[in-house]
Amino acid sequence: MKELDNDRLVWMFTQMARIREFEERVKGTFEEHPGVIRGHTHLADGAEASIVGSLATMEPNDQLMTTYRCHGYPIVLGTDTKAMMAEIYGKKTGLCGGYGGSMHLTDVERGFLGTSGIVAQGIPQATGAAYAAQIRKQGQVVLCFFGDGASKQGAFSESLNVASLWKLPIVFIMENNNYNVVTRSEQEDANAAAGEPLAVKAKAFSMPGVTVDGGDPVAVYETVGAAVDRARSGEGPTLVESKVYRLSAHGNIIVPPGIPLHFPEHEAIEVFGNPEEYEAAKRGDPVPRFRGKLVQDGVMSAEQADEIMQSAKDEMQAAVDFGIESPLPEPAEATKYVYA
Amino acid sequence: MTEIPYIAAIEMAIHGEMERDDSVLYFGQNIATSENDKFLQAFGPDRVRVTPISETAEIGMAVGAALAGYRPVVELYMAEFMLVAMNQVVNEAPRFRYMTGGQVNVPLVLKAGYGFTAGWAGQHTGTIYGMFMGVPGLRVAIPSTAADAKGLMATAIRDDNPVAYFHHYLLTLEPGEVPDGEHLVPFGEAAVRREGGDVTIVALGYMVGLAMNAAERLAGEGIQAEVIDPRTLNPLDMKTIIESVEKTGHLVLVDQATRHGSASAVIAGEVADEGFSSLRAPIKQVTALESTIPYSQPMEEYILPSEDKIVGAVQQVLGQAPVGA
Ligand SMILES: Cc1ncc(C[n+]2csc(CCOP(=O)(O)OP(=O)(O)O)c2C)c(N)n1
Repeated sequence: MKELDNDRLVWMFTQMARIREFEERVKGTFEEHPGVIRGHTHLADGAEASIVGSLATMEPNDQLMTTYRCHGYPIVLGTDTKAMMAEIYGKKTGLCGGYGGSMHLTDVERGFLGTSGIVAQGIPQATGAAYAAQIRKQGQVVLCFFGDGASKQGAFSESLNVASLWKLPIVFIMENNNYNVVTRSEQEDANAAAGEPLAVKAKAFSMPGVTVDGGDPVAVYETVGAAVDRARSGEGPTLVESKVYRLSAHGNIIVPPGIPLHFPEHEAIEVFGNPEEYEAAKRGDPVPRFRGKLVQDGVMSAEQADEIMQSAKDEMQAAVDFGIESPLPEPAEATKYVYA
Repeated sequence: MTEIPYIAAIEMAIHGEMERDDSVLYFGQNIATSENDKFLQAFGPDRVRVTPISETAEIGMAVGAALAGYRPVVELYMAEFMLVAMNQVVNEAPRFRYMTGGQVNVPLVLKAGYGFTAGWAGQHTGTIYGMFMGVPGLRVAIPSTAADAKGLMATAIRDDNPVAYFHHYLLTLEPGEVPDGEHLVPFGEAAVRREGGDVTIVALGYMVGLAMNAAERLAGEGIQAEVIDPRTLNPLDMKTIIESVEKTGHLVLVDQATRHGSASAVIAGEVADEGFSSLRAPIKQVTALESTIPYSQPMEEYILPSEDKIVGAVQQVLGQAPVGA
């Protein structure tokens, strides 16, 4: 694991700002340009530090797979945010040509092997990519992201078992945001109900399980970095539980044609009537938190931070403009990619 | 009669059956998560439970609870989540009674939304009811109206077989007249939604509305279409369909699924088998093109059946030379 010098820390903040701003613009699109986004979008606001801290550990040939909550990862990998926004707008110029939409952003060239809209189904696939990396013997590592809810699927248990048994070069990163849609972890998870961290699940598969504050990108970098080192040196997988709090609702509400889509209030308020929990999470928002820390430590100045935010805003405005102006795909292109 | 949305009609049936029969259980993901949930309040946590995201466990547990004397209704939200637990759905639930020489029944209901077509992309929009028609022992219901949504759900819960019950997402808020109190729609009885002597249109689930609109447009051209809604695919009321084809001599099938392996293909096969002599033109199927559902709107519309495609298909069969000519 490399030392995080000041440039790298500023780079991390820059990526967090870009993710946040991208998703602000996705959310804003529902009002600013009604009807442009169809289908479901799932935001990762609150998880930026976790995403950036994790991806900062990657070497150029490493790979990753994620869930449908997938906007943040390609931004860090350097994927064109214009193409990403155009994809979410269903345009021909989109990252996936308008075939996948928000839930299926993929950029294989940059190591982002894909996503699944079906909970936990990416976990065995990432495990397979790690198997490929193992036999290819080029020292590649795979990062596999999923939610706390996904750890209740058989696909999770089955994959962790194989990965540990075969000592595959993979790091399982569970982004625990406390919720599966409107269900709280302690309502669906035996470990959570017993007051244990979900990382204890690793014990069942004889691999290390660690819990980290997912709101602190440096802590995430160190924890995931240690797991990546372990994976790269052939010692096998680690389960990292990264504790985050998503600041938006699970996803936007889909309604029948004619009624605009919108984001509901966060489940803590809407379902559980607990605004205190939500407000506390807002106060811990990782983006201003990390900014404050870097400014306080003299790593960057407040002006520099403002410039970073402004350039993220400009970049994402350009992404929105590009997405809006781009053409829709030709209808008959619909069957193009069914077979190779 | 009260006018309520399709989804409320389904809930009304589950609620009514839970009141009537203590052995009915209701569980699934993201239901009854907070104390103000109406099912939880009415029936308590023994009978109403939130489950983890564990479809194999949920459906397998429904099989087990059914074997132990209960009648579980499993909330699956989206039909495609059932695919995670395909073995329980196809290889366990419907085969248990048979393999045990009739010792046990497996009365359970798998409640699943299907075929949403508003940009949910590849993994959330499938129309998969046809897949289950080839599974002996599994009942399949696809309500197209609020009244049927209620009546078929009540029947499904009382049925001693496992039932896969598919409701269409775009109908969720569609209001309809629903009979108050007990309302049962028998399995295996198609509904003739519109009478006509020129062509038979058999439409499935959400496609019934499209077929009705198409039939109205055709009426403007002097073509009278008879629109049949099978309502259940297993059992399948071929009698009503064949009788209609005997009358009209022409058949158009409308299914939101891709054609191969679909319900429409099965019905076409049955008509070719049993009603061939009544056909005055080849059967025409209006189905989704063979593709995964794309995210972007123009491509999605291109793939799926539409009113225009139904009208075109009817015009085509009526303009065609007679079979064997
Ligand atoms: C197999 C399956 N079951 C149910 C769903 C519906 N669903 C979509 S997201 C979600 C919650 C997942 O929670 P978690 O894994 O914690 O991830 P998060 O969305 O909180 O990031 C559910 C239940 C699904 N997509 N796939």
